[in-house]
Amino acid sequence: MEYINLFYVLAAVLFIIGLKKLSHPKTARNGNIIASIGMLIAIVATLVGFDVLDFKLIAVGMIIGAIIGATFAIKVKMTGMPQMVAIFNGFGGGASALVAAAEFYTKAETVDQTTFLFSTIVISVLVGTLTFTGSFIAFGKLQGFISGQPIVFKGQKILNAIIALLIIAFAIGVVVVPANMYWYFLGLLIFSALLGITIVIPIGGADMPVVISLLNSYSGIAAAATGFVLLNNGLIISGALVGASGLILTNIMCKGMNRSLVNVIFGAVGLTQEGASGDSAGKQMNIKSYSTEEAAMIFDAADKIIIVPGYGLAVAQAQHAAREVADFLESKGKTVLYAIHPVAGRMPGHMNVLLAEANVPYDHLKDLDEINPEFETCDVALVLGANDVVNPAARHDKSSPIYGMPILDVDKSRTVIINKRTMNPGFAGIQNELFGFDNSIMVFGDAKKMLTDLLKDLKEL
Amino acid sequence: MDIINILTVFILAIFVGNEVISKVPPTLHTPLMSGSNAISGIAIVGAIIATKVGGQIGTWLGLTAVIFATINVVGGFMVTDRMLKMFKKKK
Repeated sequence: MEYINLFYVLAAVLFIIGLKKLSHPKTARNGNIIASIGMLIAIVATLVGFDVLDFKLIAVGMIIGAIIGATFAIKVKMTGMPQMVAIFNGFGGGASALVAAAEFYTKAETVDQTTFLFSTIVISVLVGTLTFTGSFIAFGKLQGFISGQPIVFKGQKILNAIIALLIIAFAIGVVVVPANMYWYFLGLLIFSALLGITIVIPIGGADMPVVISLLNSYSGIAAAATGFVLLNNGLIISGALVGASGLILTNIMCKGMNRSLVNVIFGAVGLTQEGASGDSAGKQMNIKSYSTEEAAMIFDAADKIIIVPGYGLAVAQAQHAAREVADFLESKGKTVLYAIHPVAGRMPGHMNVLLAEANVPYDHLKDLDEINPEFETCDVALVLGANDVVNPAARHDKSSPIYGMPILDVDKSRTVIINKRTMNPGFAGIQNELFGFDNSIMVFGDAKKMLTDLLKDLKEL
Repeated sequence: MDIINILTVFILAIFVGNEVISKVPPTLHTPLMSGSNAISGIAIVGAIIATKVGGQIGTWLGLTAVIFATINVVGGFMVTDRMLKMFKKKK
């Protein structure tokens, strides 16, 4: 039996190599394949190494799971990626909790009960279950089944605190009071599920990148906890890797919004706050609105162009149109770069995937730190469906809800051309002073139509 | 296995994860997430073992766990591959 652990170690090594290769787009695809081979090795080793397994049952389960998983993976649109990752996180967390629960029901009948075993079961069930329900709420919000607005009510924090206290009480019950163990376990399960729901519902759509990253981390922690339950190194190492990965991404997302994790979870930002827009809302702005023909002339005179895509671009399905404009400008000998804010999409790196889908070469995609110095020498910054991430108020207006958030310094370009459908404010519900700047020009209209018209006008020049 | 030993493994793995993942560029954060998500499907190993550990309830919980974890593993790796295929350098 001992040799089986060698295979788990091998699988873990392959996971680490796979993740390491994810550090460059050139090697990333191989990395993913290496990691999947690691998984195959772990599965085969388990099937061969443990006897008295019910192969028929396992085969049925794996076939059902594989069909569902593959269908999701093939069908999902790139804009729908956050929902899909959310739901997969949920299944991962759910699987970990179920394994721990199965172990609980088996061991509860026997004498080999230890405080350690039951403590780890409790942690695994708690984290796994709340990942499961929380992920489904996140999925519902992203998919539009549930309102993307934060759902808040009076006494919400007190309710969460009560649920958390009950969970702690039930958890202690499971570990130290064997007589009523089953009831405590059931209570633990129910309230963990409830907590997953109540901590995600107050979080608004714009904060979803943080939530998904956090749930990703939880699914890893749940797997690691299950590893402690089963004393299985493979689960512990893999779970720790995923837990660390999710936490790093959570941190990056929080920094991208200049918010603390606590603030994201309890802050309920995105709710339409009255009078929260500070003094800038009252100021009159002089807005210059141009047609695409006039905009085309500005592009014609420019040498260096930076495109700033926001989520509005993806919603309008205009990535391809943007790339066509960029291709044309490049064919005229101009430099075109893309500036990607960390929270440009609905999950970490989402915008990059959306642009890669539109065949934008990855070496043209620049992140915040890389691109900001470039705006000083940029002739035209083209802002497409982005708003809060280019709002200069973040730099100076202390009353602004986005104050302190790192932004793309588009206003430092010679000309800023902003495409929006209307003058409606962005996610944070605040007006953008950038639109009134002297070097700013607005081109109103649907992003896809505007880009198509722009391309036509450019060609006619 | 001794508790201290597995704790050591766990803590060292966190450090390795931290080291490896901080080097992943923002461009690849979505594939990183879906790929690491597939790796968290390693719970499938526990799920397979759980189907064995007798008792009606245990077996059914194990079977459900196998289904969930397989969705995670198969879907996760496939969708990651689908995304990574799209990342190209300029022709």
